[in-house]
Amino acid sequence: MRPALLRQVAAFVATVVVIQLASVAGEKAFLLTQLTMSAYYTLVVLGLSLFMGYAGQISLGHAAFFAVGGYTSAVMTTFDLGPFRSTAWVAAAGKVGLLATRTDAFGSQVLAFHPWPAMACAVLLTAAIAFAVGVPVLKLKGHYLAMATLGLGTIVYSVALGTATLGAADGISGVPPLPVLPGIAVGGNGSRIANYYVAGTVLAVSMLLLLNLVHSRVGRALRAIHGAEDAASAMGVDTAHYKVRTFVLSAAMAGLAGVLLTHYNGSIGPSEASIMKSVKYVAIVAVGGMGSLWGTLAASMVLNFLSLRGYFGTLDDAVFGTILVVVMLFAPQGILAIDLRRALRFLRPTRGAPAEPG
Amino acid sequence: MALLEVSSLSKSFGGVRAVRDVSFVVRQGMIKALIGPNGAGKTTLFNLASGFVPPDSGVVRFDGHAIQGQPPHRSAALGLARTFQNIKLFAGMTALENVMVGRHIRSRAGFLASMLHLPFTWREEADVRRRSLEMLDFMGIASLADMEATSLAYGQQRAVELARALACEPRMLLLDEPAAGLNMRETVELSRLIVRIRDSGITVLLVEHDMSLVMGISDEVVVLSYGEKIAEADPATVQKDPQVIRIYLGEEEC
Repeated sequence: MRPALLRQVAAFVATVVVIQLASVAGEKAFLLTQLTMSAYYTLVVLGLSLFMGYAGQISLGHAAFFAVGGYTSAVMTTFDLGPFRSTAWVAAAGKVGLLATRTDAFGSQVLAFHPWPAMACAVLLTAAIAFAVGVPVLKLKGHYLAMATLGLGTIVYSVALGTATLGAADGISGVPPLPVLPGIAVGGNGSRIANYYVAGTVLAVSMLLLLNLVHSRVGRALRAIHGAEDAASAMGVDTAHYKVRTFVLSAAMAGLAGVLLTHYNGSIGPSEASIMKSVKYVAIVAVGGMGSLWGTLAASMVLNFLSLRGYFGTLDDAVFGTILVVVMLFAPQGILAIDLRRALRFLRPTRGAPAEPG
Repeated sequence: MALLEVSSLSKSFGGVRAVRDVSFVVRQGMIKALIGPNGAGKTTLFNLASGFVPPDSGVVRFDGHAIQGQPPHRSAALGLARTFQNIKLFAGMTALENVMVGRHIRSRAGFLASMLHLPFTWREEADVRRRSLEMLDFMGIASLADMEATSLAYGQQRAVELARALACEPRMLLLDEPAAGLNMRETVELSRLIVRIRDSGITVLLVEHDMSLVMGISDEVVVLSYGEKIAEADPATVQKDPQVIRIYLGEEEC
């Protein structure tokens, strides 16, 4: 393992622990709920950061992938298969342990998929959709790619909103918790602190995997595609293959985030698939800095937390729109890339020193 | 043995026939040059030969494989490396990282192995780094390894680009106007370097304006005019060819 990466991840874990202890000591443990949710949204943003910052592509459809993951898991774990108990495939699925019976909020028995196989199906389905969309769409560049992914977002949003099985405008509720370890589950009546640590662990592991990726042969190839696509191709980088792979990986991360947050909340609604969510994710990547995973993580945790706590009120979407415009205008490399010393020197220009050339 | 075989290539852009029925071969171990006045179709022919642009008709074989119209990464995998007329380095990456991309086809860590940081990828990365530093050293710019590549001086950028192409360990190197923008001293250094590259076993095909460079180092020269091949021979013979003299120096009456 690379010592530098391990130190960074260790510092992140320490921060997670300190925040938890401080929140409990300050009797504000309720804040951990929004931090947990922020962590899952951050998973989406990190995947998008890989796709935008490293492969140099853009997606306005990541909320759609989040929703596909969340809805798939929600449907599979809540749709009662009891009436179909005798059909061959339901019986077979039950025999291999994919199904579980539980009592829903109204006291009736529900036979549905266990959350783990549901999660696996949800992530695989998200990846499959990303692959099917990515192969033709990633031949497009710039605005065209943005528009095509925007179209995907619109489709998923409309389907979620217009399908009765998906709960239409109400979405799906009563999604069971996802058991992780004995006594620990994502969502349900699981402890707030345990859930916070599960989310922190998911984030730390994802971060480690992504950092490994960007500091590897693959990360180098992605940055090369970003830097000069035809030169990358001339060096033997199969650019189409790399773009599709990255798109699928980042979509799968969004799908996983959708699954986890749906189980955590116990519900999902069509607003998760809305275009504004996708724009929000893009805005956060822009704030964090294209190509800076730690910057993206920090920006995502802070902004999502503020948004979920309601600090932006009814202007939430407007705030993220404004952030996007301002960042693009003044700090297209992300706010962490702003050279503070230069900015300060700019504020006191007349000290007799000659201006630096260039 | 013919390493690159170009047969009856033609390419039109709109109504302009940029390349008409051109054939030639590049035998293993030689330096071959494509020359011709501006607009003769050199760059088009070069892009056709490297597979970057699909021809309207004709075949390009590299080591027996038809590569015309194939995506460039395929021909790279077969051992064909190239540089660009207007240098194309990867922005935001150091000189060393640029060259390390050249080792792409010589390494194999994929998404999963990289994410899990599997032991074989450690050894591979160490090897990629070592070989890339050797290439920078070969070009005499090892001290610039950690500089951002696009911030370097023009001649140094050319050197990084060449080091990157050599890092592929290609069987053949395609150079698109390698002397463009270089001063006289740098051009002399470049010609020595190209000869060294050839002597190390890499076949070279170059498109070039600079006659002193071409005539000094090439084993064979192909002359193009208005998209057609008008001569193909060793430099001394080509320089005496009346048709070549005419297109370069104008009509005798002038």
